[in-house]
Amino acid sequence: MIALVRALGIRTLDRLASLGDASMMWVIAMFGLPRRGDFALLVRQIYHVGVLSLVIIVLSAFSIGAVIALQFYTQLSRFGAEDAVGLGLALVLLRELGPVVTALLFAGRAGSEITAEIGLMKSTEQLSSMEMMGVDPLHRIVAPRLWAGLLCMPLLAAIFNVVAIYGGSVVAVQWLGSDPGSFWAGMQDAVELWEDVGKGSIKSVVFAVVVTWIAVYQGYDTVPTAEGIGLATTRTVVMSSVMVLALDFLLTLGMYGDFK
Amino acid sequence: MRMRTIEISVGAFVLAGILAVVVLVVKVSGVSLSGSADAHLLKAEFPDVAGLRVRAKVSMAGVTIGRVSQIDVDPEYGVAIVTMEINDRIWPLPQDTGARILTEGLLGARYVALTPGADTEMLKEGDFITDTQGALVLENLIGDFITRLGGS
Repeated sequence: MIALVRALGIRTLDRLASLGDASMMWVIAMFGLPRRGDFALLVRQIYHVGVLSLVIIVLSAFSIGAVIALQFYTQLSRFGAEDAVGLGLALVLLRELGPVVTALLFAGRAGSEITAEIGLMKSTEQLSSMEMMGVDPLHRIVAPRLWAGLLCMPLLAAIFNVVAIYGGSVVAVQWLGSDPGSFWAGMQDAVELWEDVGKGSIKSVVFAVVVTWIAVYQGYDTVPTAEGIGLATTRTVVMSSVMVLALDFLLTLGMYGDFK
Repeated sequence: MRMRTIEISVGAFVLAGILAVVVLVVKVSGVSLSGSADAHLLKAEFPDVAGLRVRAKVSMAGVTIGRVSQIDVDPEYGVAIVTMEINDRIWPLPQDTGARILTEGLLGARYVALTPGADTEMLKEGDFITDTQGALVLENLIGDFITRLGGS
């Protein structure tokens, strides 16, 4: 019994310690003073994290938009309300699916890459050698990745939304022949700049912080073995996905939950 | 050379992202600036608003001219007080403007429809529209119908 309590206590303290560790890492890395050459590092990371994620984002966005439009169309046409396809599509994407799916894909594509990369750096002792040379790995390795993720995710989410709406319009307007006028007008009438576009972007910023933070910390905290890297990579994807979905519910509740 | 291609692709990516934001703002949201500084407040009392929501649209002749910004109930008379924001471009409205609560289609959302008046006196900021007609509540209609059936 006592052993159980003790084990539980140790686990809790471990969790607390790693949370504190991760928070300190995040603050130090994010708000460290920029130095010469940092910009080039950032550009390189934006390339890795953002540009290389574009293909998967664009492809999934197109098919997701097309599928949503198809489903909306078949169900709404039973009530003669095909005109609502455009607004339904835009609201679903801007408020929920755009930020969430982008974050999930981002965690799988870029988050796992970051964790594996940093994990391998740690297990091949590149991080310790950097410290030996007087280069702070928090500054040189961690900070550019955190910033790149933070900058890329909202842009990726915006691209996702635009491509998905385009995909939806291809299906609804050009294929199924719903009226383009009411498709776009219904959308523009229902979508509000702050309420939908703005709040959706806030979501993607929050998800960006969470996903890159988890990815970098898992890499930094890897047990320096082959097995450890594998475990850390898996944990990044699982943890960020769960966190994104849970946070999405909370954010939706906070932003749209005032059911007056 | 390698660094240069990276820089170019990053630039293209950022540009694409910013373009996407612009498309979202202009094409998708149509920049509907509701609640902006050049909106005018009008109020109206209704016996029953039956599912009218804050942010529902206010229209005249089928054209959206504003939004519902607030719905309260008057505890003294038990009527609903609906506050509306009206766009600047059709302001001011005549004093005998009427307000009705209608439904979009058979099952659609409730909205406030303003019927134009002919008075030369104009409504001022925060005035009450006096000529109002509340929402038709389907249950009441059915109730009326059944009692009339029973009476005949």
